[in-house]
Amino acid sequence: MSTTTGAHTPDGGEGPLVGRSVARREDPRLLTGRGRFVDDIALPGMLHAQFVRSTVANGELTSVDLDAVRKVPGVIAAFTAEDLDLGDITAQLDRPPEEFVPTAMPVLARDRVRYVGEPIAVVVARDAYAAEDGLEAAKIGYAVRPPVTCEADALADGAELVHAQAPRNTLVDVALFATEGIDEIFASADCVVHVETRTGRQNALPLETRGAVAHWDDREEQLVLQTCTQVPHQVRTVASRCLRLDERAVRVIVPDMGGGFGQKCVVGREEIATAAAALRLGRPVKWIEDRKDALTASFLAREQHYDVRAAFDAEGRILGLDADVVCDMGAYSCYPFTAGIEPLMAAAEMPGVYTVPAYRVRGRAVTTNKAPTAPYRGVSRPQYVMVVERLFERAARELGLDPVETRRRNLITDFPYTGVNGITYDPGSYLESLNLCEQTLRDEGWYERQAHATAAGRHLGIGYSCFSERTGYGSTAFAQRKMEVVPGFDISEVRMDTSGAVTVTTGTMSHGQSHETTLAQIVADALGLDLAKVRIHQGDTDRVTYGWGTFASRSVTVGGSAVRLAAGKLGEKLRRLAAARWDIPWEDTTLGRGRVHRHDDPAATLTYTELADTAYLKAHLLPKDMEPGLTATASFDVFNDGTFSNATHGVVVELHEGTGQVEILRYVCVEDCGVAINPRVVEGQCRGGIAQGIAGALFEQVTYDAQGEPSATSFMDYKVPTAQEIPDVTVQHLETPCAFSETGAKGAGEGGTIGAPAAVLNAVNDALRPTGVELDHTPVTPETVHRALRRTLERT
Amino acid sequence: MTETPIDPAIDPAAERQLLALDVNGTAYEVLCESRRTLVDVLRHDLRLTGTHVGCEHGICGACTVLVDGRPARACLMFAAQAEGARIRTVESLSGDDDGRQLSDLQQAFRDHHGLQCGFCTPGFLMLAEGFLAERPDADRAEIRELVAANLCRCTGYQSIVDAIESCATARRAKEATEATATDETPEAAEATGEER
Repeated sequence: MSTTTGAHTPDGGEGPLVGRSVARREDPRLLTGRGRFVDDIALPGMLHAQFVRSTVANGELTSVDLDAVRKVPGVIAAFTAEDLDLGDITAQLDRPPEEFVPTAMPVLARDRVRYVGEPIAVVVARDAYAAEDGLEAAKIGYAVRPPVTCEADALADGAELVHAQAPRNTLVDVALFATEGIDEIFASADCVVHVETRTGRQNALPLETRGAVAHWDDREEQLVLQTCTQVPHQVRTVASRCLRLDERAVRVIVPDMGGGFGQKCVVGREEIATAAAALRLGRPVKWIEDRKDALTASFLAREQHYDVRAAFDAEGRILGLDADVVCDMGAYSCYPFTAGIEPLMAAAEMPGVYTVPAYRVRGRAVTTNKAPTAPYRGVSRPQYVMVVERLFERAARELGLDPVETRRRNLITDFPYTGVNGITYDPGSYLESLNLCEQTLRDEGWYERQAHATAAGRHLGIGYSCFSERTGYGSTAFAQRKMEVVPGFDISEVRMDTSGAVTVTTGTMSHGQSHETTLAQIVADALGLDLAKVRIHQGDTDRVTYGWGTFASRSVTVGGSAVRLAAGKLGEKLRRLAAARWDIPWEDTTLGRGRVHRHDDPAATLTYTELADTAYLKAHLLPKDMEPGLTATASFDVFNDGTFSNATHGVVVELHEGTGQVEILRYVCVEDCGVAINPRVVEGQCRGGIAQGIAGALFEQVTYDAQGEPSATSFMDYKVPTAQEIPDVTVQHLETPCAFSETGAKGAGEGGTIGAPAAVLNAVNDALRPTGVELDHTPVTPETVHRALRRTLERT
Repeated sequence: MTETPIDPAIDPAAERQLLALDVNGTAYEVLCESRRTLVDVLRHDLRLTGTHVGCEHGICGACTVLVDGRPARACLMFAAQAEGARIRTVESLSGDDDGRQLSDLQQAFRDHHGLQCGFCTPGFLMLAEGFLAERPDADRAEIRELVAANLCRCTGYQSIVDAIESCATARRAKEATEATATDETPEAAEATGEER
């Protein structure tokens, strides 16, 4: 890295771009209405699709009659599963049948429906209005079966089975670790605390709903599927299998994306059905999910049940953790992650930032008659962090210790640390972030304010959460989850043209994370180029080599390393080319300001344009061992347990007696994601993540009635917090660089979401301390808070 | 404007009406069904796709446009209801002819990282544009209340509030400077006024 100097910066400054909050490349088009989102695409002769969806939660399909649909003015065609004859979407884990039961998710329901909203038929019409008219005319016959709507239903003796092949409605059941002697540890511990937590089902809720535009390109002999997905290559793989095409005959292109947060990192049935309809009709077909379908029938997440005990000694040192986790994964496994995504994440990672000497966990995924689940920002970590942090609070309370001090005694401080879960944690600032966060709230006088408020009969609470987040999962780490499809690596190509500008491909897929800026910063530094000369290309399976998209906070760690390596290779070629001209060893050269410089003569330089001229237009002048052109490809993978970002969140809340409202008075986040490529972007990720974490803690829940009918079908019922509910957040940075990512960066995409529920819930419980009530389930609604405060009032 | 190929299944005469709309200062004639919403006409008939659709029930505000200067949900209006009104969309914000030069409000969003995925952004921009014209003196609390009218899933709102607040502050400072200039040299102020 010492071979580059003096990259030009947009504001005329000198020095590296990495570490600077440069203005985003994405902004100008998005601010002027020139972005191109999937619903902005219009192709000649394009038709519009909508889906006939199940109105019952569980039942056999006895008839699907679309005759009347086809007669609706404007309707062009309507297709059932039988009409389209597509392969199923099936995700696998490499585990024995007692640990994992696969489910085949048909693109359109065939003879069975398993949730309200399940797609049964696709209606294609002249415009979106006519398509909706068509839906009204569908006649669907059901033999209704009793719905399985919750974990208790699913696990009950003699329960109705959602999938005949899955006894006790259990898709995943793994018991892990079981440290020898753990029962004795619990039996002899000074203090054993227990937390039972249920967390509400949530919707990741990208503001842009899902959607796709598909058409057949005769000239390329290709299906072109433009779809808003975080995982373009995985969509291509599944589409080619379902449609029985060679994979090269499917091109997936991702336009600008209006968020994803995990909901779009799995393959959707509707995008495949839209493609199938386009092939069948020989015309472009567009499908845009409406908000009701997005709220009820897309991929959901987070409905989990934890039953966890922790053993402590008298000084508050944790001795063991014994956990039972059940995740309600809905009707089907998602591709490629499967229904194991939530329970396996929780089981593998729960000990987190603490030195837990003994650990036992059982993780299960149950299937129910609800829309299926996908990874959602944080994946189980917002939940298990909340449980572990509640355990620490409870233990401190029982032992009469300060909860922050109790955490301090247990945080991992000696790195690298290999935990009881077999994971090796790379260096972080666990203790430092807690200390700084606590100090910030102390210095601001919140503890005094709390004392005054309590004396005045008000309910102020202070809460913390400490956590780390594994980012940069490589193939090795994903293989440990025993996924049959193992994500991990990323491949990048850097290509310089005759004008000295570079095009960089990445397998990652930005949907708000600013990769067009941050990855360009990395490349510009590596090559000593002006940022404006670097263009990032993503989300086109014909332009980009097979990649894994964006999820699990992998993009800057893994994708950023791949672009850095590829740029480094290209830089070497430029230096070799210049060195050959000068007839000096290539090691005696440096890159900077769009030129190659020679060490022994700073005045002598060759510009990239001059070198590109030789590489492309005068190849006869190239050294014999050098290939024409200026391209370089590199891949990056992580062969250890990944890198852990960490943070502490500190929250002050006030509970309002009359309304039960939880008002957040102060929010401080001290985070460490290693080298922040663009600090302002990192802060944006933190704040946005925290807003989603608060949403889960206090507001959002996908609800169902006893028949399995979703009851939160609009934003009137699914309460997305606004600027009135989300507070300003102070973000403080610590920096413990990652030792093995090429830039020192760790992932930063999910931490905000992970830390917020625990800190908020701890603050609420701190405020409730005088009442003796403890709340462990989320969302904590005003009704719950009101009732808790009411109880005290009645008592006094 | 005509629709893309009309299928034989459609009766081309079916219940369509000719609407005259004034959008961003341009007069348009649109032939559409009476049930067609303003946002669909803007996006799909006039191809002004900067205005987005997030919920179609008036909560998220991604479709916010200005109707006679006031923020309105374009998903809750029929296009026919917009006849006779002056409609402004995000495409009109830029000061220059080709719409690429950022206005002070757009620039403030960029400076403060007021957008991530950018899907809600046009709605927030139009909300703020209409609001600041009416309440140039708004303080942070009022701005936060305004921002609570729309939904953003990426930013946590703080940077949006920051952006609007900084734009308002800068506009006030500029106005104060100009007012001072007016006191001193009336001719100079006139020139500035023309520029604006």
